[in-house]
Amino acid sequence: MMAEYKTKFASIDDYTKGGIQILNEDPKRFVFSNLYEVAATSAPYERVVVAKNLDYTIEVSRAENTSDWYVCSHDEFVVAMDYDVEVHFVKLDDEKVVDENQDGAVKLQGHPDGRKMGRILMKRGHQALLPEKVAYRFQASAPATLMLQTLIGQESVEKWGDICIK
Amino acid sequence: MNVSLKCIPDNSVTGYETFRAGSFAFSRCEYFAYIDSPVGEHVMPIDAFLKALMRDIAWGFFYGTVAFDDVFGTTNHYGNVDMFLGTFNEEWVKAERTYSENFRSDELMAVFKAMISDWTNEGFDPFAAPQETGNAWGRKQGNEDALIERKREVAKRMVGIPGDAPLRTDENGYPVNRAFLDVDQEQPVIEAEPGFEDQLYAFNLFGYLSRSDVTWNPSVASVVRQSLFCPTTEEFVLPIAHGNDRVEWFVQLSDHIIWNIEDKHTSAPTATVTMRAGDVAAMPGDIRHKGLSPKRSLLLVWENGSPEIQEMIKNGTVPMVPVTF
Repeated sequence: MMAEYKTKFASIDDYTKGGIQILNEDPKRFVFSNLYEVAATSAPYERVVVAKNLDYTIEVSRAENTSDWYVCSHDEFVVAMDYDVEVHFVKLDDEKVVDENQDGAVKLQGHPDGRKMGRILMKRGHQALLPEKVAYRFQASAPATLMLQTLIGQESVEKWGDICIK
Repeated sequence: MNVSLKCIPDNSVTGYETFRAGSFAFSRCEYFAYIDSPVGEHVMPIDAFLKALMRDIAWGFFYGTVAFDDVFGTTNHYGNVDMFLGTFNEEWVKAERTYSENFRSDELMAVFKAMISDWTNEGFDPFAAPQETGNAWGRKQGNEDALIERKREVAKRMVGIPGDAPLRTDENGYPVNRAFLDVDQEQPVIEAEPGFEDQLYAFNLFGYLSRSDVTWNPSVASVVRQSLFCPTTEEFVLPIAHGNDRVEWFVQLSDHIIWNIEDKHTSAPTATVTMRAGDVAAMPGDIRHKGLSPKRSLLLVWENGSPEIQEMIKNGTVPMVPVTF
């Protein structure tokens, strides 16, 4: 008889953080955090950097209600890590408002001028492309965790001392 | 005293070939791989050797050092590669038994590919979890070239975009793995306005991973310039110890993995990192790590493939840790 397995996922309201057993190391060098804990303890749509490699980042955002609109000069990707989140897209009338030299997400003031492109309904484990120069915003009816593949930008928040094991 | 441990299997009996790369020679018998160098000899269980060799081939010598065990391995210099015996083992260094030789990557890769083709018997899949494959033992019997020549999927932008790496489905030979039958397979709903049907893309990453037919072999699922999301499924033990030459990040997506951390230069244990679902950790550039996954788990490996980093490695300026705080 085939064995049955239960896959252990976690969520913003149900996570168990691992840890580090030290023999001869500095635990801070592992920059160890838990993205659900980060989402649970951050303000809605704050983009907290949980991983960084030179200018590249993985950022975590607590989705709750409706976010501001963002745009980026390069592609980004988002993964819904626990609960349902919608992503809405707008094709900008004037893409020149996007600064090609600015990496990372940029928050837009108000509603962007452009045509509605549609929306993507994401559940846990779903990954969506946030295309370059396309405005997007998130919407979640309950707190949820988003993981973003992007670059460091003006919206990125680094608070390593608050989120990492020391 | 210099006792020769040479144990040369009789290839006329086993049916296997002996392979040579520079001054290294490789032979196998029914249970073991024998690595011979001008100053030292080393023996490994053949299943462990083949599983490590498979990763070194599949990853193109990867980033930094791929240690088959505490004694033997390769270090990638991107275009050329060192093959070493004892170099990163304190006792072998003290005994002056170490040996290293540099090769053109393509030349050593050709030897490795010929070796794994000849030494892998029918029924043994070096990529598979132990419960999902036969064994590596015995005399030469058939081959598994179709399995060992599998290519890792490499997305140019994102999995599932037309023309890019395809989704995994029952129809294209990727059934859901036995350990992930409870992972939701529903795809995201995309409601595109007229005229934008070919501009909005999403896929079920966890479902995609649940259909992986290999372990400890990351594919590339999405790319932002040189930022590579390399998710993978892990079960049992990582067949190599990875001594990276740059920072590497892990995001545990499900279940848990225990990482044994060692000093990169001496192989001495320094820490154990246990990662549960949602945990994020960096592997510094001056350690080596080996993972243990009690149940098949989903792991996101995050790599920076920038040529800029290779230059920093060459001139010694690449950071060993990603941030300080």
